Amino acid sequence: MSAAAATAPRRVSSRGRGPEKKAGPGRIVAFVILALMAIGWLLPFLWAVNTALKTEQDAASSTSWIPENGFTLESFADVLAVGNVPIWAWNSLLTSVIITAITVAISALAAYAFARIDFGGRKWLYAVVIASIVVPGQVLIIPLYYEMLALRMVDTYWGLILPQVIAPAMVFILKKFFDQVPIELEDAARIDGAGRPRIFWSVVLPLSRPILASVSIFVFIGAWNNFLWPFLIMNDTSLMTLPVGLQTVISAYGIVYSQVMAQAVMAALPLIIVFLIFQRQIIKGVATSGFGGQ
Amino acid sequence: MTTAPQTAVTAAPARRVRSGAPRSGDRLAGWAFVAPFLVFFIAFLIWPMIHGLYLSFTDVSLTGAGGNLIGFANYSEAFADGDVWRSLGNTAWFTLLSTIPLVVIALVMAVLVEQGLPGQWLWRLSFFMPFLLASTVISQIWVWIFNPQLGIANAVLNVFGLESVAWLQEPETAMIGVVIATVWWTIGFNFLLYLAALQNIPPQQYEAAAIDGAGRFRQFWSITMPQLLPTTFLIVMLQVLASLKLFDQVYQMTGGGPGGATRSILQYVYEVGFTGYRFGYSAAISYVFFAIIIIVSVVQFRFTRRSDS
Repeated sequence: MSAAAATAPRRVSSRGRGPEKKAGPGRIVAFVILALMAIGWLLPFLWAVNTALKTEQDAASSTSWIPENGFTLESFADVLAVGNVPIWAWNSLLTSVIITAITVAISALAAYAFARIDFGGRKWLYAVVIASIVVPGQVLIIPLYYEMLALRMVDTYWGLILPQVIAPAMVFILKKFFDQVPIELEDAARIDGAGRPRIFWSVVLPLSRPILASVSIFVFIGAWNNFLWPFLIMNDTSLMTLPVGLQTVISAYGIVYSQVMAQAVMAALPLIIVFLIFQRQIIKGVATSGFGGQ
Repeated sequence: MTTAPQTAVTAAPARRVRSGAPRSGDRLAGWAFVAPFLVFFIAFLIWPMIHGLYLSFTDVSLTGAGGNLIGFANYSEAFADGDVWRSLGNTAWFTLLSTIPLVVIALVMAVLVEQGLPGQWLWRLSFFMPFLLASTVISQIWVWIFNPQLGIANAVLNVFGLESVAWLQEPETAMIGVVIATVWWTIGFNFLLYLAALQNIPPQQYEAAAIDGAGRFRQFWSITMPQLLPTTFLIVMLQVLASLKLFDQVYQMTGGGPGGATRSILQYVYEVGFTGYRFGYSAAISYVFFAIIIIVSVVQFRFTRRSDS
């Protein structure tokens, strides 16, 4: 409801775009194609939900959407009873929140300095940070793992968290935003005797809430879904994040189709809820940054 | 520092006036603001990069044994290793197969959604939502869909009178399956980038063209397409780089199989390092891959720049 209302006003302005607004044959064809594509895109997820709601017997015997033995929440109950899913969800939540908090804090501070403070070495330092956007995190797994062994952080939350707080692309996005904050506001605060930290905290940050929200959402989603690094650093089942933990279940139990789908649906739900709540910020975030996830 | 620093897109006149007379406290303040980021940046990016390069010239193992400098032995081994070439070939094949639909279908989606048809909320939700899901979730769903006996992929084929396919279990179709899952998973990102670009085209241009008697297709070719060119370059660039980094979904959907037919280069790096315990050799393969990423980035960047001017 709120999500639908959120997008509605935005659309009104561009609705009348293009020469024809009436329901001509062109628009009907466009609608049909769009509807078919949307069905194609929703189908995999609907089918996963459908399987999760079947008994294992039905899931393993036919592809029918309507199960012989009726729908049941049995698989969800079974998955929860095994006990690890809530722990993994908690690990994911905890580490993702800490990663997001640290990333946004250190990136915003650095981005502000790059945008507004004239300090020696700023130019080349910023160039190095921007250049590092091309470094794929995956090529660093060997030396990073080695480093974590040396720091005794393998199988710890910090070992999972710390390598994920570096986000040069977010520094870039935030700097571009801070560049546009009117300098007059900062000058006014300086005349009133405010120092740098105070200007940053009381003048710049309050103006930056929308961009900080977008960046936070992206960092959070990236951290929540990250697979490779958490998979390498966590061997202890009770410390795994949700994506890594779910992966071990498939290999451990063989395949219990309805339970695997129940897990997948449960793991997907928090992100779908986040999307429904923050739909506007997420869409705007992708549109303005172009970097986002990946 | 006599001239105002002009990093990238900045250099607003207002700032230049101020920075003509740098305040004495700014040097310290600047470094203080950057310091927290810098500590992590050096510890978890710069240092691993340098150390990884060093490791690639050693025979160190995961257990810490070895560690002698062996010159370029790892690199010459990598260039002679058939598995390196095969997984690089698989990665390139995946990049080609996935980039084309991920750009073309995203464009079609965005153009259709931009028509302002009813159901805006539903279109965005359907196309973008999969992008938010973890690779584990999408892999589990698609392994189930591609199940030869019980999956709906074959059920859909059968509806159209086509024969069932073994999908992820056949070398010929396994990569197609991974590509289909990837397109479903990540298209929402490109779709939103295109949608934003379409919404930035001023409606007056269409109105003017309509007055001049240009039809819808003519408008699309003469107004929409040219203005989408920079966005298309950006999307292709980001997409190629993302596709080259294939690991999560392929590792979880096929494990690189059958018979190595879908093993990506990053999966090979992982296997050499973490199941073969050869950290030094694994680091060397990573740096070969890194070099490829840098070359691709530079080529694409040059190409984009030239077409901009």
